[in-house]
Amino acid sequence: MDKTASYNDTVVRQFTIMTVIWGIVGMLVGLIIAAQLMWPALNFDLPFLTYSRLRPLHTNAVIFAFGGSALFATSYYVVQRTCHVRLAFDKLASFTFWGWQVIIVLAAITLPLGITQSKEYAELEWPIDLLIAVVWVAYAIVFFSTVAKRRVKHIYVANWFYGAFIITVAVLHIFNNLAIPVTLTKSYQIYTGVVDAMMQWWYGHNAVGFFLTAGFLGMMYYFVPKQAGRPVYSYRLSVVHFWSLIAVYMWAGPHHLHYTSLPDWAQTLGMVFSVVLLAPSWGGMINGIMTLSGAWHKLRSDPIIKFMIVALSFYGMSTFEGPMMSIKTVNALSHYTEWTIGHVHSGALGWVAMMTIGSVYCLLPRLYNKEGMYSTKLIDVHFWTSTIGVVLYAVSMWIAGIGEGLMSRQINADGTLTYAFVEILASKYPYYGMRLIGGVVFFAGMIIMAYNVWKTIANEKPASVAVMEPA
Amino acid sequence: MTAFWAWFVAIGTIVFVIWCVWLVSWSAKQGPQGKEDEDLVGHKWDGDLEEWNNPAPKWWLYLYFITIAWGIGYMIAYPGIGAFEGVLGWSQEGQYEEEMANAQARYAPIYEGFAAMGFEALAEDPEALALGGSLFASYCTTCHGSDARGAPGYPNLTDGDWQWGGTEQDIITSITNGRIGIMTPWAQVLGSDEAVDNMVRYVQSLSGIVEADEAAMSAQPQFTTLCAACHTPAGTGNPLLGAPNLTDDIWLYGSSDEAIRNAIVNGLQGEMPAHGEFLGENRTRILAAYVYSLSQ
Repeated sequence: MDKTASYNDTVVRQFTIMTVIWGIVGMLVGLIIAAQLMWPALNFDLPFLTYSRLRPLHTNAVIFAFGGSALFATSYYVVQRTCHVRLAFDKLASFTFWGWQVIIVLAAITLPLGITQSKEYAELEWPIDLLIAVVWVAYAIVFFSTVAKRRVKHIYVANWFYGAFIITVAVLHIFNNLAIPVTLTKSYQIYTGVVDAMMQWWYGHNAVGFFLTAGFLGMMYYFVPKQAGRPVYSYRLSVVHFWSLIAVYMWAGPHHLHYTSLPDWAQTLGMVFSVVLLAPSWGGMINGIMTLSGAWHKLRSDPIIKFMIVALSFYGMSTFEGPMMSIKTVNALSHYTEWTIGHVHSGALGWVAMMTIGSVYCLLPRLYNKEGMYSTKLIDVHFWTSTIGVVLYAVSMWIAGIGEGLMSRQINADGTLTYAFVEILASKYPYYGMRLIGGVVFFAGMIIMAYNVWKTIANEKPASVAVMEPA
Repeated sequence: MTAFWAWFVAIGTIVFVIWCVWLVSWSAKQGPQGKEDEDLVGHKWDGDLEEWNNPAPKWWLYLYFITIAWGIGYMIAYPGIGAFEGVLGWSQEGQYEEEMANAQARYAPIYEGFAAMGFEALAEDPEALALGGSLFASYCTTCHGSDARGAPGYPNLTDGDWQWGGTEQDIITSITNGRIGIMTPWAQVLGSDEAVDNMVRYVQSLSGIVEADEAAMSAQPQFTTLCAACHTPAGTGNPLLGAPNLTDDIWLYGSSDEAIRNAIVNGLQGEMPAHGEFLGENRTRILAAYVYSLSQ
């Protein structure tokens, strides 16, 4: 077959496999640090095993290695299928795969060594940041060149979201990481004081908004209608919520800096636009759930649909919770407590991971010319471990966090604090335990997934798939 | 904020609000499309991906409108649109000042009631001790521990040994202004590893935890010339400098060979932060009396 007449699924397969592997690695590190919060001695007094170094390793691994690989894999798959052309630039696409893996490995080495910029979700030092920028630009070239040579007039909605995610992450990454190198492993930010803080959370919140929301909405817009076998519910709704989402998300960052030296006006804008963000976020949820509506009978036989409906539910839940937590008076209770951790994980496990897992189960057999995964039963088991795991996680952190917030604010009749720090810490231990159990259960599902994936693809020699003629 | 940035922010804010309003209005205007096959938009991708054009749910449009309307109202009431400070005149500094004034009005009288009481009496008065205990739990336990027995580098407050003096005024000064205790490194001055080892042994011998043997005594001349400036020739310390008494077998940083060698080789710097500004005079005195009572 003429090469241009077939899809480039090699790079999709590579990223898909690494999604599963990095998911397991990243979540395992998460389990270790969850256990360390219960039993601090588990760092064995070794610097590279301390919580402070493993925590950024965990966040980088799950967001950029697991989530990133999933986004690369699905965007490369989706853009080819919905543009009816082969992915542009085979070699450049291959470079994005190997480049991204090198970045992940460098992160896994430097972070435990304590080499860090000390900026949350942007810890990696400048040489790695440069490499990320190069790989990301290559990614943009591959993606947008493919869109440019599409053989259908309209660009499918999933590609809008993937496109917005790719462009915005490039801008966020480059501007937040502007720094003056001192040595190979040390640099100083060009921003100072409150400007640095504002840049960091402009980046930080939009990393959530574009990496973990827009990108995964792209995934949702392809795999949900595909798996349900139904048309997208509303084109018009997708237009409105897309343009609203990307416009409004940009403003939300300052809600991470309530009651700090950030000027009042910036705090207000962060809060107001975060609340306005509720409806645009829910637009995606409505479109996803209404697309599934009418395929409810499939819930009985298709656990992949179950993953998707639960992912959309957690998306709706955490995009309600987020605007609520951005309101100053709520934030005064929730900020700096475990509630934030619970919120992040209902988004990260409930939405991002479950949408990814559902999509991989949908995608993988297609990449290996098979009817379906090795075992549907095991997908169902995985669905239940994921759901139980994330519920245990979110609920335990709600209780711990709200309790922590309330205890911190409790005042005696004489104006002194009712609870000392250590008393508040002690109150959280049972919920740390519950969270750890939730994490173990969720992780167990990932192991089951790895087994299922292995049995599906072992000894398979994938054949190339011809590019489909546009309708 | 300069005028340029004020206008930049204000215009940017207004443009984005108008953008949201326009989007949601555009979405609301188009009539319902139904759900029949002929209502598909007409695009088709990847064999079977199609789109309906259902209207957005009404409740969703209302939700969107309401959040925008609320946002506009909030930005009129509070600072947000450029340099406009909002009609309520709210600021976070203002809120802080107000809450502090309220707290002062509410709690100050409780502590004022004890202002006339003598220090010794305060240290025995159950009510004052209860207040002092609360203050201690709020402000002191992070370093000195819930039981006030401290930790390496953080003094035990229950043992009657006062690094900076244990009188009313001494304790009040420690709490009000904080303390910074510095011991400079001495390894180079002492000259050799052996001299350091001997000094470690001499210091240990001062409180009788090792025998004052020949090795220990060989460090005595250097102790007298170098260390005595702060710790006094006999090693009994000087509260004016926060130099600990080395003869009482009470060890702020530990009595092991390793701990003492570390102190001599690298020096030490201990800091207690100042608490006077936010505690105020009356509460400081009650807290000082409580701390004093711990060692009685």
